[in-house]
Amino acid sequence: MEDLWTQALLLTASTFRLATPLILAAMAGLFAERSGIVDIGLEGKMLGAAFAAAAAAAMTGSAWVGLMTAMGVSFALAMLHGFACITHRGDHVVSGVAINITVAGLGPVLADAWFRQAGRVPVTGEGMRFRSIELPFAQVLADVPIIGPLYANVISGHNILVYMAALSVPLTAWVVYKTRFGLRLRAVGENPSAVDTAGISVTAMRFRALMITGLLCGIAGAYLSIAQGAGFTRDMSAGKGFLALAALIFGKWRPVPVLFACLLFAFADAIQARLQGVDLPLIGEVPTQAIQALPYLLTILLLAGFVGRAVAPKAIGQPYVKER
Amino acid sequence: MPAKLPGWVNYGLLPLMNLGLAFLVAGLIVVILGESPLEAVQLLVFGAFGYGEAVGYTLFYTTNFIFTGLAVALAFQCGLFNIGGEGQAYIGGLGVGLVGIYIGHWPVPIGIMIGIMAAALFGGIWGFIPGWLQARRGSHTVITTIMLNFIAASIMTYLLVNPLRRPGQQIPESVTFDRNIWLPQLSDILTGFGQDIGRSPLNVALLIALVCCLLYWLFVWKTRAGYEMRVVGRSEPAAVYGGISPAKQIMIAMTLSGALAGMMSLNEVLGAQHRLTLGFTGGYGFVGIAVALMGRGHPVGIVLAAVLFGALYQGGSELAFDMPRINRDMVVVIQGLVILFAGALEHMFRPWLEARFARPAVPAPA
Repeated sequence: MEDLWTQALLLTASTFRLATPLILAAMAGLFAERSGIVDIGLEGKMLGAAFAAAAAAAMTGSAWVGLMTAMGVSFALAMLHGFACITHRGDHVVSGVAINITVAGLGPVLADAWFRQAGRVPVTGEGMRFRSIELPFAQVLADVPIIGPLYANVISGHNILVYMAALSVPLTAWVVYKTRFGLRLRAVGENPSAVDTAGISVTAMRFRALMITGLLCGIAGAYLSIAQGAGFTRDMSAGKGFLALAALIFGKWRPVPVLFACLLFAFADAIQARLQGVDLPLIGEVPTQAIQALPYLLTILLLAGFVGRAVAPKAIGQPYVKER
Repeated sequence: MPAKLPGWVNYGLLPLMNLGLAFLVAGLIVVILGESPLEAVQLLVFGAFGYGEAVGYTLFYTTNFIFTGLAVALAFQCGLFNIGGEGQAYIGGLGVGLVGIYIGHWPVPIGIMIGIMAAALFGGIWGFIPGWLQARRGSHTVITTIMLNFIAASIMTYLLVNPLRRPGQQIPESVTFDRNIWLPQLSDILTGFGQDIGRSPLNVALLIALVCCLLYWLFVWKTRAGYEMRVVGRSEPAAVYGGISPAKQIMIAMTLSGALAGMMSLNEVLGAQHRLTLGFTGGYGFVGIAVALMGRGHPVGIVLAAVLFGALYQGGSELAFDMPRINRDMVVVIQGLVILFAGALEHMFRPWLEARFARPAVPAPA
């Protein structure tokens, strides 16, 4: 029993760690999509940020400089997306694909030219990465049965970006539902002409939303290369941006359900390693690939209305043309 | 807003300006990397067209891009965005692979014919799924095709690691197919005409791709089904008013699009590798988007764009060989920039060009 509890705690902790980049990227996507901008460039922004974080941290020796650089790069990519989709009314999907592909190539090219490590940027020095933080009393409470290990292993002992991700959810919910900005954000994604009639610039609103998207994606990328991992490797985002997009849809573009979708997908990821070679009763051994494909399959089923129904913001993907 | 630009501006000047800007930015990156962009262009062009084997490789990659470009373009005709070319090509490869593994020894033309049909069938099924979901359940193809790409990758990894892996080896690859089902190499044929393309894997799939271009053109502009598809792409309400079922057209378009993407695997699996390998689709499906955009949905444009990307692919790997500061991924960067400037930012120069070249609007009859 004791052992099972420990196992469950470790699984939960690893779920949190795997969910962090998904949560940050999904909240990032939520701002973009709620404002009416389709963002399949989450993946590219994360990857670009991961490279920027690793490169800056390796050059300056500071994880914080890495994080700032990552946010800056991701911000710039988000603005590029806005320039294409909002300013020039380009196709949102094409722009996202372009950003994904360009970044996927540019990361290894620059890494190779600057660090000469076959497209990798190792980040190993002291202070270059975000280390785990031990919350107060974690050691003292560790011996308390049940609650002690929970506090020490699950709540304490993560790096600061994990806590930022946790904080991003209530913050997003508050901004989207309780502020004037949030109300306008939601309106601009549903009915931009009404917002325009009220004298609010649709263009400015959407650009602001994309700024937040860029910054949050930057944190997600930095997490990959200088917190969870130790350096940048080619394609290290490995579809997490798309997984976040799936979680965003699965959570029906609402912060708290999106959080649970991220946790569900991360849990599937965490458990797959433990299920390898294990015979489950009735079903036998589950192939890891089946668990990997599960989030995508669930999202398709949801989109098709077989499990609930996901309805996107009404004006999503449509360029807004002011009437003259 | 209807395009008022003369054809040569709309189909010639505008894409060339966008392409020029993409190359300009790529050149800037080369400068940042500390190499000479002019020298890079020279190496790239020589690497792509300078000698027989290079041309062979360029045309080999071109073949992949023609298939995936046609796939994206066909879906565009129906107003759909198919970014699932990668997954459809992968699953198409599964069809080809199964034929190769189990009936690869069948007499020469029969096995290959079945292989071609299997590529189209399997890819078509993988395209039909998002088509059906869009038509009947209203799920957007952009999202479903992305998801299906990942599902396809999982399925293929599972199959290649487990049941289809060659017995007694660790690498996730199938057995090598019987020679009977290998697509004939063009090097043998071209040598007869005094052309030497060296050891490049250029094969009959190029000819199949060109036939597909012709069929695409006939289908889209010369058949009733193609017409109906274009009507749905332009305006669904108009299609419904005209008695055309958008749902049916969407399913047909996605199935055919998937079939075209699936046939890309002929070139890689039956033409070059002769076995099923992990990740043989190598991003060609995504580049198909760039090819379709550059080619403006017309087969001639698609072939030209495919040659451009084929040359970039081949010339780029040669470039990486000769310039130590530039690695192979530079090609990917250029592809991304082309999609950005020729696709997402395609309207950037339009107002400027319209001010210069637009014909005066036809006055309304009194």
